[in-house]
Amino acid sequence: MTLPSEASSGELATRLVDFVTRELGAAAGQVRATSLRRLAGGASRELFAVDLETPGGALALVLRRDPPGRIGESDRGLEMRVLQAAAEAGVPVPRVHWGSSDPAVLGAPFFLMDRVEGETLARRLLRDAAFAEARRTMTRQLGAALARVHQVDLARPALAALVAPPAGVSAARAVVEQTAERARSLALEPHPVLELVERWLLERVPPSGPLALVHGDYRIGNVIFGPEGLRAILDWELAHVGDPLEDLGWLCVRTWRFGNDRLPVGGIGTREELVAAYEEAGGRKVDRDALRFWEACGNFRVAVVWLQQSRVFLDGKVPSVELASLGRRTAETEEELLRLLREEP
Amino acid sequence: MNDRPDAVELLRAVELFLERDAVPALDGVRQFHARVAANVVAMVARELETEEGHLAAEWAGLSELLGEATPLPAERAAQREGILARNRELVRRIRAGDADAWPWRQHLLAHLERTTAAKLEVSRPPRQRGRE
Repeated sequence: MTLPSEASSGELATRLVDFVTRELGAAAGQVRATSLRRLAGGASRELFAVDLETPGGALALVLRRDPPGRIGESDRGLEMRVLQAAAEAGVPVPRVHWGSSDPAVLGAPFFLMDRVEGETLARRLLRDAAFAEARRTMTRQLGAALARVHQVDLARPALAALVAPPAGVSAARAVVEQTAERARSLALEPHPVLELVERWLLERVPPSGPLALVHGDYRIGNVIFGPEGLRAILDWELAHVGDPLEDLGWLCVRTWRFGNDRLPVGGIGTREELVAAYEEAGGRKVDRDALRFWEACGNFRVAVVWLQQSRVFLDGKVPSVELASLGRRTAETEEELLRLLREEP
Repeated sequence: MNDRPDAVELLRAVELFLERDAVPALDGVRQFHARVAANVVAMVARELETEEGHLAAEWAGLSELLGEATPLPAERAAQREGILARNRELVRRIRAGDADAWPWRQHLLAHLERTTAAKLEVSRPPRQRGRE
């Protein structure tokens, strides 16, 4: 399904313009692409910045598309419906305009959303004077927005395809067991720290509460902010049904502090601020032991990410010096996990 | 024995080239990868300088935890193999529940903290270590 001539991006622009023209019911020639450029993105999706002129005015958009030829491995259609559900629940997200799961249109499922202006780099947020106000406000904004994510009605038929924990197993236990299994299959050397952590977590699986829509990668780096604070939550491709505390714990993981360990929430705030804002905005009462469990669990998952990334290099799939170097970050996450184990109640 | 510059000095030369010539001349993803490459080269240099001591310390720690008296092998490759085997044994004992009770758990945690710190001495750029 790859569009062979699109290296020039001219073919992609033409097809995109045809699609939008049809969606708007416009006449041929009324929609024009004034700019189309590839943005940095992961291997699991492609991102383009697109500027369109339409009869209704200019649109600054982002095109998010599955990599052509990898149809079925992820589902942009589902991600689009999740974004729409989040928007209706009052979560700040880019507005979705159109999309299609038909690979005939652009070579792979895709959708188009508003391009929210702003910054995503953690380094800027943590260090630039311009973002001092954002540093003060964003922990509370992130907590409040997350409460709204977790209030999304899971009974909506549009969300029926979301991955959910296996029946009869607690979401927390399922995450620990899957993570441990992945660690064992990926690691090329024994990891006593990860074995200890697995046992520690399994002994502390918190009681299951009601399940919720979980963002799945809720952290600095996946949000757009301005000098005034949070503007939009991005990257919903890992959204699933799970324990809402998974998102809160993930946001406290050391990696997302980008060196500023003094402030556990993304290097900008305290757990107390985050939890207070979350509860005030209607989030369920947060049990501190359960939050500690999910934070440790998040670090455990990060360790697996390092193992997985370096395997991509070691298995000869991608000759990237960055992927190779990530294998050595496992120790950094293990250091954090040992610290959390020492604090055990 | 090879002549000077030795391995660490050669790696330093590569690191300086990457940092001072390659990084400023590149942009975007390539610039980022050049920066990562400079860090990786420095990491390898630190590993060369510290590995002998780190392997001996890890071997000693594992010997004590597992109650084994075999002396550290002379060859570097045999040292690495031996440490891997002992870590596999450590993992087996953790899975068997041996680490659930004090005082062995206490000794194990202290050992793992030391070996993790040794790994970080190699993997973490010194300026980052200073900040934390």
